[in-house]
Amino acid sequence: MAAPAQSVAVPALSPKLLAVALLSVGVMLLLAYLVGFDQGAVSRSGMYLHELMHDGRHLLGVPCH
Amino acid sequence: MRTFGSLLVRGLIVGLFAGLLAGTFAYVLGEPRVDAAIAIEEAGSHAHTHDHGDSTEPAAEEEEPLVSRDGQRAGLFLATSLYGVALGGLFAVAFTLLRRKLRTGNDAYAALGLAAAGFVGIVLVPFLKYPPNPPAVGDPDTITRRTVTYLLTLVIGLLAVWAGVALSRWAARYGEVARLAGGVVGLVVTVVAAYLILPRINEVPETFPATLLWQFRFASLGTQATLWLLLGFGYAVAVDRRPIRSKVAAA
Ligand SMILES: [Zn+2]
Repeated sequence: MAAPAQSVAVPALSPKLLAVALLSVGVMLLLAYLVGFDQGAVSRSGMYLHELMHDGRHLLGVPCH
Repeated sequence: MRTFGSLLVRGLIVGLFAGLLAGTFAYVLGEPRVDAAIAIEEAGSHAHTHDHGDSTEPAAEEEEPLVSRDGQRAGLFLATSLYGVALGGLFAVAFTLLRRKLRTGNDAYAALGLAAAGFVGIVLVPFLKYPPNPPAVGDPDTITRRTVTYLLTLVIGLLAVWAGVALSRWAARYGEVARLAGGVVGLVVTVVAAYLILPRINEVPETFPATLLWQFRFASLGTQATLWLLLGFGYAVAVDRRPIRSKVAAA
């Protein structure tokens, strides 16, 4: 067996890394929410973005209407 | 070692490309099905207005849509790209936090393994319980319930993958066959238990053509498969340092 430690390409776990990772997850989930579920409440665009991304929602398998 | 920022940016870029190409797949193979379904939907709603008889305000029924069909076809690419970026970012976080737990010395294999796990958990498990539906299928009154159950299947899918990996690692002490069987049993038992507990939802109208329904569903599955496939292979390439090293060595 080769020593795996050498080829592991990720930074060591630390509270700071976990905080930044958690923040990133929040931003990414918000983005996914905007595509999949928002009806203007977050985007402040009324139903415009919702209608614009309608076909994508269906084809990405998200329940739509 | 790469920094978290570098791992994240790679995920976002790979996700953007994967989303754009998944959008292309969806445009070519999915849009014709969506158009056909919308035609059925509109025929249905016209028939409905005829039923009412008292056509006092027919103009109100024909209200101008907020976004035209051409706009929605272009919006498809926006949707898949943003979704790809979001998945790419989440993928990068998962890679960063789980990399050490994956028992391979090869970062590319680790990325491919994670993508396979994500596809099974986030796409395949929800697909089998609640296959996606085109326009004209589905009762608008139940959208909240369908959304919640859909999100539940995502979480359950990821839990099932985790159960499969955990059982497979535990069973590995009994040999290679036990390792494989453990993985399958952990995954399948979790999924089947969840399928039995979750409510059954079937809102496909009797008159909706089954061929079109399944053509749409496979186009949707293909779109998501494209996205995850490109995300996995793209990230595998993006984190692989060997090309840079060999270039340095050659110089
Ligand atoms: Zn819809």
